[in-house]
Amino acid sequence: MLIELGHFALILAFGVASVQMIVPLVGAHRGNAGWMAVAEPAATVQFLLTGFAFAVLTWAFVTSDFSLQLVFLNSHTDKPMIYKITGVWGNHEGSMLLWMVILTLFGAFAAWFGDGLPTRLRARVLAVQASIAVAFFAFVIFTSNPFLRLEVPPLNGRDLNPLLQDPGLAFHPPFLYLGYVGLSMAFSFAVAALIEGRVDAAWGRWVRPWTLAAWMFLTVGIALGSWWAYYELGWGGFWFWDPVENASFMPWLIATALLHSAIVVEKREALKSWTILLAILAFGFSLLGAFIVRSGVLTSVHAFANDPERGMLILIILAVFLGGALTLFAFRAHAMESKGVFSTVSRESALILNNILLAVSSFVVFIGTIWPLVAELLFDRTLSVGPPFFDAAFTPFMVALAIVLPLGSILAWKRGTFGRAAKPLLGWLMLAVALAGLAYAVQSGNSALGPIGVALGVWVVGGAIADLWVRSGREGFADRVRRMSRLPRADWGKATAHIGIGVTIFGIAAMLAWQKEDIRVANVGDRWDVAQFSFQLDDVGQEQGPNYQTTLAEISVWRGTREVTMLEPEKRFYPVANMPTTEAAIANGILRDLYVVIGDPQEGGGWAVRVYVKPFANWIWGGAILMALGGVFSLSDRRLRVGAAAAKQTMPKGAPAE
Amino acid sequence: MKRLVLILCLLAAPLWAVEPGEMLDDPVLEDRARTISQGLRCPVCQNESIDESNATLAKELRIVLRERIVAGDTDAQAVDFIVSRYGEFVLLRPDTRGANLILWFAAPALLLVALGIGWTAIRRRPAADEGLSDAEKAELEKILRP
Repeated sequence: MLIELGHFALILAFGVASVQMIVPLVGAHRGNAGWMAVAEPAATVQFLLTGFAFAVLTWAFVTSDFSLQLVFLNSHTDKPMIYKITGVWGNHEGSMLLWMVILTLFGAFAAWFGDGLPTRLRARVLAVQASIAVAFFAFVIFTSNPFLRLEVPPLNGRDLNPLLQDPGLAFHPPFLYLGYVGLSMAFSFAVAALIEGRVDAAWGRWVRPWTLAAWMFLTVGIALGSWWAYYELGWGGFWFWDPVENASFMPWLIATALLHSAIVVEKREALKSWTILLAILAFGFSLLGAFIVRSGVLTSVHAFANDPERGMLILIILAVFLGGALTLFAFRAHAMESKGVFSTVSRESALILNNILLAVSSFVVFIGTIWPLVAELLFDRTLSVGPPFFDAAFTPFMVALAIVLPLGSILAWKRGTFGRAAKPLLGWLMLAVALAGLAYAVQSGNSALGPIGVALGVWVVGGAIADLWVRSGREGFADRVRRMSRLPRADWGKATAHIGIGVTIFGIAAMLAWQKEDIRVANVGDRWDVAQFSFQLDDVGQEQGPNYQTTLAEISVWRGTREVTMLEPEKRFYPVANMPTTEAAIANGILRDLYVVIGDPQEGGGWAVRVYVKPFANWIWGGAILMALGGVFSLSDRRLRVGAAAAKQTMPKGAPAE
Repeated sequence: MKRLVLILCLLAAPLWAVEPGEMLDDPVLEDRARTISQGLRCPVCQNESIDESNATLAKELRIVLRERIVAGDTDAQAVDFIVSRYGEFVLLRPDTRGANLILWFAAPALLLVALGIGWTAIRRRPAADEGLSDAEKAELEKILRP
């Protein structure tokens, strides 16, 4: 009964979304306030209904209701409770329902906190947002219904894919969807502005927090996925340029560009049409990502629920929304006249360069991802595009971006001079070069990767610090520190996020350049050296987990005569899913990770053992956390909080003054 | 129970990429083999190199590759040997022949075009002008003296 109620709520939400798509739009066109006002309660109801449907599905998973086909296929009574819950979105249908919950939640947020928006713009934004919901409700209800029942409920389920029974991956999809779907808000604002034919600073200020929030979640989601790959797949890689990873990376790159160009719209009322285009493209890439993951057109390690029919439908949704928005853009873009003027050397120009580099690097990922498809369809060549291509074609753009970042972000708005901008950076430039030289002298071998990573990391981090320092005035040291702590939080957000980029760049380069690998057969009692550490295989035993059997090894790590740590790598076997997984044991450290994997027993006795010493590995994800934290600082900036509150008091006029 | 687990483990596909038994004793040759195998795709897997893959075919290819290297093949000859049997599909780094030129040069070309457009757009717009228009002056007047 409950299940049917959930099913019914989903269909009802579809109906509400259809109303919300049409009525407010017509109302906004005719200037009918009553019709426009429909949007807000509709958005709330839509979210409540979808949320209820999702809660019902979760309940079915928690109680292991195997009369539901989805639960039978993806759950098992022995599974730990946390994975019963995360199993809700560990499959195609459930993850689509999560997608819907988030989509309607964003719509509801725009209704709840959109008081400051001009009424007409708000009605249009909510209508466009509802049109996206309509398309996806139809997709869920007609092709991926999570509420299908089985006539004869089986006794037990088939269990969730063991690779997904892991904390990193369990919470990876919700963050990713918050990011993907969050970009739909930017899209809705862009399309509403095109219908309106007007973009101003207030529009920029409204779009930026939504984009920033989506971007933060996307950052965290991508970092979680990469961290999972690092510890779960068993050889310590953190990025594979897999189509599914690329699917999340393309919208991230475009969203990053959008964040920066929206600043120009907000502060300088320039780059308007370009910003609109980026907002459309960012969500377009999100939809493309959904298509890649769910259609199975491009093979990937972790795509799930591959179904050509569903892929076709997502492709149609993508074509309608992207095509429609771009057509609208072609007709209306000329109406977005820029007001702000700026000279060639200025922050505006630097941000244009930032946008060009990010957009083109996103294009590199795009063409590399779809090229196998294009080559097969048009040139009859079956080929692969793998990491070596992306490493070679993508990296130069990031290096260029890192080089111009500190200089660009310190340039004055409107009209700047290189001399004045470069002055506070000179010290950092020298430090970066000196440390790179030191790294080159100390390292073994003469790879340039490590030193370049050191130089770029120091340069970007130093640039961010110099930026804050410059803004703190000219008085004594104590006074400058005091002023620095009082700078707007947006400035701190900018610095933190840029420091994060520097840290990640350094982490990636340092780990790839300086990691050590050792593969061998070890007997119990053997001891061997890798880098400055000794590893000793102490014991190997069998144990029983809740829903798996495991081979557990104990490996002690020594440095000289001091025991550093004890590592317990596992090799699990999940009988229900008939699938083995490796559970690497990792001793995390600030300066290095020790990474140990136990393999198969060997014919001549002993066990295969893999050991890695990975310097600065955690800096990769530490940098991502800093980037997201920078987003949090920016979002909490007084301008956004006070602006929203002040707008409530001056209701009819809307957009708050600067 | 213990034996059952062991059997199950052995039955399941080997969990591992490169195994110690496959590796060559000469570290220089082994290094070459690793580098080459990281650039070759496992034909039956989903986007994994033979160096990372656990599939049986990947294991066989790793061994074949090492046999070729021991037999004195250069890197290029060893790669060609495998490409001649499995096609260019196994190359993770696509070559630059024919249509693949588009893949390699589309982005740099796009960058040049974008820089060109950006540059002309910035140059063509009027340089930063400090003055206010008459309408703006009037408005400022209104704001300052209500």
